[in-house]
Amino acid sequence: MLEIKDLDVHYGGIHALKGISLQVDDGEIVTLIGANGAGKSTTLRTISGLKKPTAGSVLVDGRDITKMSAPNRVALGLSQVPEGRRIFTQMTVLENLELGSYRRKDGNRGKDLQEVFGRFPVLADRRKQLGGTLSGGEQQMLAMGRAMMAKPRILLLDEPSMGLAPLLVQEIFEIITEINKDGTTILLVEQNANKALQVAKRAYVMETGRIVISGDAAELMKTEDIKKAYLGG
Amino acid sequence: MEVFQQLINGLSLGSIYALIALGYTMVYGIIQLINFAHGDVLMVGAYVGWFSMTALHMNMFAALATAMAACAVLGVVIERVAYKPLRNSTRIAALITAIGVSLFLEYVMMYFVGANPKAYPDLTGFMAGSFTIHGVIIKNIQLVIIGISVLLMIILQLIVQRTRVGKAMRAVSQDADAARLMGINVDNTISVTFAIGSALAGAAGVMWGLYYVSINPLMGLMPGLKAFVAAVFGGIGLIPGALLGAYAVGFIETIAKGVGLSTYSDAVVFLVLILILIIKPAGLLGKNTKEKV
Ligand SMILES: Nc1ncnc2c1ncn2[C@@H]1O[C@H](COP(=O)(O)OP(=O)(O)OP(=O)(O)O)[C@@H](O)[C@H]1O
Ligand SMILES: [Mg+2]
Repeated sequence: MLEIKDLDVHYGGIHALKGISLQVDDGEIVTLIGANGAGKSTTLRTISGLKKPTAGSVLVDGRDITKMSAPNRVALGLSQVPEGRRIFTQMTVLENLELGSYRRKDGNRGKDLQEVFGRFPVLADRRKQLGGTLSGGEQQMLAMGRAMMAKPRILLLDEPSMGLAPLLVQEIFEIITEINKDGTTILLVEQNANKALQVAKRAYVMETGRIVISGDAAELMKTEDIKKAYLGG
Repeated sequence: MEVFQQLINGLSLGSIYALIALGYTMVYGIIQLINFAHGDVLMVGAYVGWFSMTALHMNMFAALATAMAACAVLGVVIERVAYKPLRNSTRIAALITAIGVSLFLEYVMMYFVGANPKAYPDLTGFMAGSFTIHGVIIKNIQLVIIGISVLLMIILQLIVQRTRVGKAMRAVSQDADAARLMGINVDNTISVTFAIGSALAGAAGVMWGLYYVSINPLMGLMPGLKAFVAAVFGGIGLIPGALLGAYAVGFIETIAKGVGLSTYSDAVVFLVLILILIIKPAGLLGKNTKEKV
C-alpha cells in the first residue's frame, strides 16, 4: 500500500503541492487527473524520490520512506515511468531493458525479458536498435517495459498516452489493465481523463497543488463538474 | 621515410594524449564539468611513478599500477570534496573551483618536492633498445607506450560497454534522473567515473616520465590542455571522439615539428582546432545538437 500524507513541495518560491494526501491500496489502479501545472508530475516525482518534499511523508506498507533515496525506493518495489518517457536514447532497446533490472538480485533476467517481449512484441524485433530511433509509441512501450523489468509492486505512470495516436492509446490502456491484473498496483497520471477513469478503480482530481475531488472512478465519470472540466462536455 | 618517422612519434604521443583525453571526456560526459585539474592528476601520477621506481625500487609495471591506484583515489577525493558540493551551482562556479584544485595540486606538490625538475630513472634492458626499419627509428619504449595505452583503452571500452557499472555510467551521462529511476546510485557512479578517468591520467603521467624523463610540478599543464583540445576536437563527452582527437593532435604536433615548425607546433594544433570547430562546432564526431538544459 502506498500512502502520502500532507505533502508540501516547493520549487524555489513556487509552492507546487499544498498539503496533498492520497492512498493507493494493493492491487488497485488509481488515477490522478488535473489540468496542466496542477502538480501531478510533482506528486509522482516526490513519491519516487526525485523531488524532496518540504513537509509531509511518503509511506509504503506503513513504512516511512520520505528520507530514502530514489534508487533505494526502486529496490523497494517502486518504479516510475516518467513524463516524456526518458528512455536512454543512445543505448539499445536491450540495454534499456537491462538497466530496468539494475537493482534486482533475485530471479532470472532472461525470463523477465521474455515476459516483457511477450507483452511488447515490437521491442523484441527492435532489441538491437538504439532507443532514440524508436517511434513515440515504441518508446512508450520501452519505457513501460523497462519499468516492468524491475518487477515493481507499485508502478507510477506519468501520462503514458501522451502524444500517441488513438489506436495506440487504446493499446497502452489495455496493457495497463493487464499489468494490473497480473498483480501490480498502479498510480496513473493522465490528461486523457476519460480513458483513465475507465480503467481506474478510484480517482483523485488535482487543481493548483491541491486535491479537490476524490472518489470512485465510475461515480466521478457521471459527475457534472468532472464531465464539464475534464471529459469535454 | 620522414613521414613514417613522424607517424610513429605521433602515434606514441597521441597514445598518451588519448589516455588523458579519455578522462576529460568521461568526466564532461557525466557531469558536464571541464575538469581543469585533470592535467595535474597526471602530474601527481608522474611523481608517484617516479617515487615508486626511485625510492621503492619498483619495476615499471608495478610503478604504473601504483600511480594508477593513487590517482584513482585522488580523483575520487577531488570529486567528493571539491566538485560534489557544487553539483547544483552554476557551471562557472565549478569551472573556477577546478582551476583552484589545479593550482592547489601544483603548489602542494611544489612544496613537497621543490620546483626543480626530477628525472625518471634511465631505461634499461629491452626498454632502452631501439631498432630501425628502412631508416625509421623505432624506440622500444614507444612500442611499450602504444601497447599499454591501447590495452588500457580496450579495457576501458569493455568496462563501459559490457559491465554493470559501465552501463550505469552511460545511463547517468545520458539522463541522471532516469538513471535514478532505474535504481542507479548517481553519486557512486560519478565517483567511479572519476576513479577510472584519473587512473588513466596517472598511467599517462608515468609514461610521460618514461618518454620525456624530466618531470616537474607544472608539467601537467600542456598535456592537460592538449588533451582537452583533443577531447573538444573529437566532440566532448564522446569516448571515440576523444581517441580520434588525441591521435589527431599527436600527429599534427609531430608533423609540425617534422616540417621545422618546432617552436610553433602548439600554435598549429590550436589553429587546426579553431578551423575544425568553425566547420563542425560540436567536434569531429559530435552531433550539432543544442545543449540539453
Ligand atoms: N523543475 C521545476 N522548477 C520550477 N517549477 C516547476 C518545476 N517543475 C514543475 N514546476 C511547477 O510546479 C507546478 C506543478 O508542475 P507539474 O509538472 O507537477 O504539473 P503537472 O500536473 O504534471 O502538469 P502537466 O499536465 O503539464 O504535466 C507548475 O506550476 C510548474 O510550473
Ligand atoms: Mg506532468
